[in-house]
Amino acid sequence: MLKDEDRIFQNLYNDSGADIESAKLRNDWNGTKEILEKGREWIINEVKSSELRGRGGAGFPTGLKWSFAPKEVGSRPHYLVINADESEPGTCKDRDILRFEPHKLIEGCLIASYAVNAHKCYIYIRGEYFNEGQKLQTAIDEAYKNNLIGKNALNSGWDLDIYIHYGAGAYICGEETALLESLEGKKGQPRLKPPFPALIGLYGCPTIINNVETVAAVPTILRRGAKWFSSLGRAKNTGTKIYCISGNVNNPCNVEEEMGVPLKELIETHAGGVVGGWDNLKAVIPGGSSMPMLPKEICDNMKMDFDACVENKTGLGTAGIVVINNDQDIIKCMARIARFYKHESCGQCTPCREGSGWMWRMLERMAAGEATPDEVDMLFDVTKQIEGHTICAFGEGSSWPVQGLIRHFKDEILERNKFDPVVKKNKNIPYLVDQHLLEKENA
Amino acid sequence: MSVKKIYKEQPKTFKFNDKSMEAANKIVSNYPDGKQQSAVMALLYIAQRQNDNWIPLQAMKYIAKFLDMPYIKVYEVATFYSMYNLSPVGKYFFQVCTTTPCMLRGAYDLVKVCKNKISEKENVLSDDGKISWMEVECLGACVNAPMMQVNEDYYEDLSDKKLEEIIETIYQNKTPKPGSYSGRINAEPVNNRKTLLGNKNA
Repeated sequence: MLKDEDRIFQNLYNDSGADIESAKLRNDWNGTKEILEKGREWIINEVKSSELRGRGGAGFPTGLKWSFAPKEVGSRPHYLVINADESEPGTCKDRDILRFEPHKLIEGCLIASYAVNAHKCYIYIRGEYFNEGQKLQTAIDEAYKNNLIGKNALNSGWDLDIYIHYGAGAYICGEETALLESLEGKKGQPRLKPPFPALIGLYGCPTIINNVETVAAVPTILRRGAKWFSSLGRAKNTGTKIYCISGNVNNPCNVEEEMGVPLKELIETHAGGVVGGWDNLKAVIPGGSSMPMLPKEICDNMKMDFDACVENKTGLGTAGIVVINNDQDIIKCMARIARFYKHESCGQCTPCREGSGWMWRMLERMAAGEATPDEVDMLFDVTKQIEGHTICAFGEGSSWPVQGLIRHFKDEILERNKFDPVVKKNKNIPYLVDQHLLEKENA
Repeated sequence: MSVKKIYKEQPKTFKFNDKSMEAANKIVSNYPDGKQQSAVMALLYIAQRQNDNWIPLQAMKYIAKFLDMPYIKVYEVATFYSMYNLSPVGKYFFQVCTTTPCMLRGAYDLVKVCKNKISEKENVLSDDGKISWMEVECLGACVNAPMMQVNEDYYEDLSDKKLEEIIETIYQNKTPKPGSYSGRINAEPVNNRKTLLGNKNA
C-alpha cells in the first residue's frame, strides 16, 4: 500500500478543511513563486520527466501537451481551460478535489497558465456540481485576496484570472472540443481535429485543456521533484491516481493509490471486498463506463495502470472502477449503459446518433431473451460501424462496453437468446451492417 | 429525459430582477469583449432560478436581446442541455440517478418509491404540487450510490426507506438535510478506512 506521505491529496476525505489556512498547512502555495522563477522551460521539462499522463481518461502526456502551446504569444491570447465536467459513469474523483482540495487546483492553474503563457483560465464545471463550484469559487476569492492569483500574482509579475463556467448537464461536454463549443455559448458538439486546440481552440486562440486531477497534481510534483513522482508506479505509468470504487462492494470509496496497484488489492483492501466474496465477482469495468469490462479471471491478476489495461483490451480511462457481482444481470447492466450513451449522444454524426439507440434497443431485447442468436453478431457489427467513424471518441466510448460484453459473455447472451421465429426471415436479405461477412465472402 | 416540452401557458413578459441583473452582468464581464455569447448558459440558469425553476420562451427572447445573439441560438442551447426545464417542475425537483453504478446499488427501488409516493409518471407534480421527479443519467457521485439531486443538493447513500423519510419530511413542510444518509463522511470507506489515518485522528 502507498505510504500516506506519498499521497498528493491529503484532504481527500476532508479531515482538515478546504480553506486557505488549512491548505497551507498541507503545503499548498509553499514555494510557488520559486517554482515560477525557474521558468517555463524548467516547469515543462520537469512535468515531462515526471511522465505525468492526463488523468481525464485519454492518458496523454501532460508535459508534451503543454509544449504544444506556441512559445511566443502572437496576436491571439492563450487560454488555459480546466475540464471539470466529470460525467463518466463510475467516476467521482474531481468532485472531491473541487470541494476539498480547491487550492491544489488553483495553484496548479497558476503554474500551468504560466507554463503555457495564458493570462486567463476557465474552469468548466458540470452544472450539477453547483455546490462544489461554490466551494471552488470561495477558494478562488481567497486566492485573489491573498494575491496568489490576479494582477502580479505572488509578485511574480504574472497576471492570471480564473473564472468558473458551469455546464448544464451534457456528458459530451467532457470531450475537449465540445467543451470549447459550450464555453463559447453553443451546443456542445465536438469539432473536427485538426486543428488541435493547442493552436486553434477557445475563440480561435491557442488553448490548453487539462483535467482537474492532472493540474491539481502538478504543484506537488514540482515541489517534491519529478524523480519522486516517477519513482512511483512504473515507466510511462508513474505516480498516483485517485481510484473510485463503486458498485457491488462492501465499502464503496474514493482512494488515492499508486499507479499499477493490483485491482484485487483495491477492491479487497480499500473497498471491503466484493459483496458475497471475491468468488461472487462477475465482472469489473475498470475505467468508467466507456471502457470494456473484464471477467473475473482477468481481474484476479490485473494491475491498474494505463499499459496493463491496454494489454487486457481495455483502458484505465478515469479509473472509475465499477464492480458487478453474480447477483446482477450483466446484460441488463450493459443495456443501461447503452441507454446512457443513447441519451448523451450529441447527434452530430449519424453512426453514433443512430447506432447508440440501436445498441440500446438490441441489448434490452437480449436482456429480455427476445433476440435471435445471429443478432449477437449483428450487434457486434453495429459496434464496429460506430467505432472509428465519428468525429469524437464518443463513438468508441459507446461501442467498447458492448464489445467487451460480447467478447467475454457471448455464451451467456446466446444461452438466453434462443428465439426462433415461426415465420423465418429470408436469410439472403442483406442487412445494412454485415462487417463480419466482409472477411468471409462477397458480402 | 429532461423536461423539454414547451409549456402551454407561457407568461407574456420576462425581465431580470435586480438580483438576476447583477449576476448576469458579472457573468458577462468574465468573457472577452464581443464574446458575450459565452454567458448564455449561465444566463439561462439565472432565468430558471428566477422563474421557479423553469424557463419560459420570453426569457429566451430576453436573453437573446441581452446578449445580442439570434433567438434561435438561445433556443438551441436551451433544448440541447438537460438541466434547463422548459416546463414547470416541483418546488422540490427530485432527479434520481439510475445509471449502472447507482442501478447496481438499488436505484430502481428509489424510482419505485417515487412512483408510489410522488406521482406514477415522471415530471408530474405530486398531489400537493410540491414535488416532481425524474430519472437522470450519472450525476458523478458513484461511490455514494444510490443517490439523487434535489434542486442543487445531493442526497447520497440512500435506500427506499430513507427516501420515504425524505419525502415525508417535505410533505411536513420541512426541508430534508442533504448529504450522506448512511452516516458516513464524504467518500471515505465506511468503517474500513486504511489511509490518511494520521489526518483523521489529528
